[in-house]
Amino acid sequence: MNLIVSPAPHAHSGDSVRKNMLNVIIALCPALIVATIAFGMGAIITTAISVASCVLFEWLITKFLLKQKSHICDLSAVLTGLLLAFNLPSNLPWWIVVIGALVAIGVGKMSFGGLGQNPFNPALVGRVFLLISFPVQMTTWPRPMQGFMALDAETGATPLAAMKQAIKESNADLLSNLPTLWESFSGMIGGSLGEVSALALLIGGIYLLCTKTITWHIPVSILCTVTVFAALFAAFAGLPVATFVGTTLCAGGMMLGAIYMATDYVTSPMTHWGQIIYGIGIGLIVMIIRCWGAYPEGMSFAILIMNAVTPLLNMYIHPKRFGEQKK
Amino acid sequence: MNTFKIGGVHPHDNKEYSAHKQITAVPLPKQAIIPLVQHIGAPAKPVVEKGQKVLVGQVLAEAGGFVSAPIHSPVSGTVTKIDTALDAQGMKMQCIFIDVEGDEWLPEIDRTDTLNAVCKLEPKEIIAKIQAAGIVGLGGACFPTHVKLMPPPGKTAEVLVVNGVECEPYLTCDHQLMLERGEQIMVGIDLVMKALGIQKAIIGIEKNKPDAIQHMTELANKHLGVSVKPLALKYPQGGEKQLIDACIGRQVPSGALPIEVGAVVDNVATLYAIYEAVQKNKPLISRVMTLTGKSVKKPGNYEVRFGTPLTDVIELAGGVPEDTGKVIGGGPMMGRAMQNLDMPCNKRMSGALFMTKADSVRVEPENCIRCAKCVSACPMGLEPYMLAKLSAAQNWEKMEKLNVMDCIDCGCCLFTCPSHRPLLDYIRLGKGKVGGIIRARQMAAQAKK
Repeated sequence: MNLIVSPAPHAHSGDSVRKNMLNVIIALCPALIVATIAFGMGAIITTAISVASCVLFEWLITKFLLKQKSHICDLSAVLTGLLLAFNLPSNLPWWIVVIGALVAIGVGKMSFGGLGQNPFNPALVGRVFLLISFPVQMTTWPRPMQGFMALDAETGATPLAAMKQAIKESNADLLSNLPTLWESFSGMIGGSLGEVSALALLIGGIYLLCTKTITWHIPVSILCTVTVFAALFAAFAGLPVATFVGTTLCAGGMMLGAIYMATDYVTSPMTHWGQIIYGIGIGLIVMIIRCWGAYPEGMSFAILIMNAVTPLLNMYIHPKRFGEQKK
Repeated sequence: MNTFKIGGVHPHDNKEYSAHKQITAVPLPKQAIIPLVQHIGAPAKPVVEKGQKVLVGQVLAEAGGFVSAPIHSPVSGTVTKIDTALDAQGMKMQCIFIDVEGDEWLPEIDRTDTLNAVCKLEPKEIIAKIQAAGIVGLGGACFPTHVKLMPPPGKTAEVLVVNGVECEPYLTCDHQLMLERGEQIMVGIDLVMKALGIQKAIIGIEKNKPDAIQHMTELANKHLGVSVKPLALKYPQGGEKQLIDACIGRQVPSGALPIEVGAVVDNVATLYAIYEAVQKNKPLISRVMTLTGKSVKKPGNYEVRFGTPLTDVIELAGGVPEDTGKVIGGGPMMGRAMQNLDMPCNKRMSGALFMTKADSVRVEPENCIRCAKCVSACPMGLEPYMLAKLSAAQNWEKMEKLNVMDCIDCGCCLFTCPSHRPLLDYIRLGKGKVGGIIRARQMAAQAKK
C-alpha cells in the first residue's frame, strides 16, 4: 500500500487567498449598490470596465510577458479593479479607466512580481496616476440622484474643499453649505463612486471584521487619529467641532481608505503594534494634507506614504514573544 | 473562560468518531517486538539474552543514563533475538524480539481492579519506583517522568499542572481514560504531589469534554488541593508552556523549563501509569491509544501492550479503510506520517489516524500575501512568515535573533496560511541549523575554558 508521507501539520484551516479576496469583494457590494442608486448606470459601467481591464491586463502580463501560470482565479485582480473603480468619478471616460487599470496592474502590481510582492497598493497607484495626469476629469464629480440614466457631469463644490477653505480662513460660515451629517453618512453627496456612502462601507467593514478577514487595528487607529486631529483643528479655528469631525470622517475617501485600502494585506504591517502605528501615521498625514496640502483630499497619498514605511515597521516592530520578561 | 494568551487556532476537533468508545484491550500478539528507544534520552541497554524466558513486567533493558528509562517485558515468552526492526518511518531501530507464550506475570504485580489509594512511601521512594517502572510522559514527548520530579537545586515546585486537554483533533484516549479511570488518575496526582512536596494540583480540561470536566471535578472534591480548571477550546492548549499559562497565568521564559515558574506538568495518562507503578507494582507495559479516522469501520480507544504490531490494532478496528491516503502516528497537528504499518506500538503511540485520500494532499502553495495570519496564530509570538523567508535565504544568524528556537512545532502557522505556504517545514529546517550552531558555539566556549 502506498501511503503519502509529509511533515506535520496534516490539517488545514481551509482558508485560501481566494476566500479572503472574495470576502472583501462581498463587503464592497453594499457600497456598489448605493453607488448605483446614487449615480445610475455610470457607476456600473465604470466598475465593469475597471474590473474587466484589470483582470485582462493581469492575464496578458502573466501569459505573454512573465510566461507564468495565470493567477486570475485568486480574484485579487478583480478586487484591485473594484477598488480602483471605487476611487473614480462615475462619469469618467472609459479610456481613462482603462489607463488607470493598466497602471494599477502593470506598474503597481505585476512589475514587482505579482500578488504579495508589491510595496504599494496597486489600486491607489492607478488612482494617483490618473489624478495627476487627468486632474480635471478626476475631480469633476456628478451630482447624485440625477436619475438612473443621467451621465452628465456637474461639479458641485465638494465638502472637503469648503472645509479646507474654512480652516484656512477660520470662517465658520463656509461650513453652512455642507451637506447634513446624515447626507454625508448615508451617501447622498457627490464624490468618487465608491466613496459616497460611509454607512454602506461601514456595513461591509463589519462583515470583514466578523469573517476575520481584517482586524480592527488599522481602521480604528486611522479613524481615532483623524477624529482627534479634526476636533483639534476645528476647535483651534473656531469651527463647529461636531459638524467638522463628522464631515471629515464621512466625506471623501476616508472610510473607503481606512477600511478597505489601508488594510490591504500586502502593503500593511504584519504586527498589531505596527498596524496601529501605520494607522496613526495615515490619520496624521491625511489631516495634514486635507488642511494644508495642495489637494482637498489626501487619503490616497497618506496610504501610499505609509505603505513605504511598512517594511521599516516590519523590521523593527515585533510581536510580544511568549514569556518575554519586562525589562 | 481561561486559555493561553498569545495566538492559537481552532481546528475542527473531529473527536466524534472515537469519543466515548469504551477502552478495549487488544489481544496479545504472537510475537512482540520491543524497541529499545521509546523515550527521549539515552537508549536502554538490554539485560536479557537470546533464548531467555521472560515474564510480564520483567526488566528487558535498563536505563542508559539519568535521562533515560528502563524497558519492561509487556508479554511472557522466549527472547528470540535482539535485532533491528523498522519503525513507523521505515528507519531501522534496535528491538528485542519475544515469542509470546501464555500470559504469565511477575508475582509482585497486583493485577486486581481494587483501588489502592493509600501510600505510605516516602517521596524519594515514590520517585524511585516511578523511575524503575520506566515511566515517561505519555502525552507524546516521552520525556522520562522521574527527571521532572527531581527539580534542580535552587528551584522549587509549587503546583502540579495536569494535562487533560487533549488538544489534538481526533484523539480521545485521554478523555476516555479520565472517564473510566479517573479515580486512579486522582491517586496518581496525590502521589506526585507527595513526591514533589506540594499541596496544589490543577487539572486543565477543554470544554469540549464536559463529561470529563464534571467527572473529574466530582472526584477532585475528595482530594485535598486538587481542582479542575475548564479551559476554552484552542489549539495548542496541551503544549506545556501554553497549558501553564492557561492554568496558572504564568509564562515560562524563553529557553527555560516549567520548573522556572514553579510548575510541573504531567499528562493524565502518565499519572495513571504512575498510579499503577507505585500502588500496583506494574511497570509501564501498555497504554491506551486512539485508532480513528473518517472512514475507519470501528474507531475507538484501544489498550495495547507495547510490542504489538499496529496491524493487529488496525484489524480490530475493521482493517485499513480503502480510501486511506495517509496514516498518522498521533494527531493531525503534530503527528508523524507513517510509512510502515507493521511497526510495533510503543510508549509514544497516542493514536493512529487514517486520513482519506482527499484530506491527505497538501494544496499547491501560492505567493505570501502578507496577511499576517501566521503572526496572529503563533502561540509563541513569533513571526513565521519572516522565519520561513530567512530560512529559505539561509540567514541562520537573523533567525536566531528572531527567537526561532522558541518554536514548539505546533503547526498553527501552516494550518492558518491562506496561501498554503510550507512555513513550518522551512522553520523546522532553520531550527535544526540554528540549534546546531548554538551547540557548536557552546562546545567551543567550553573547550576554551
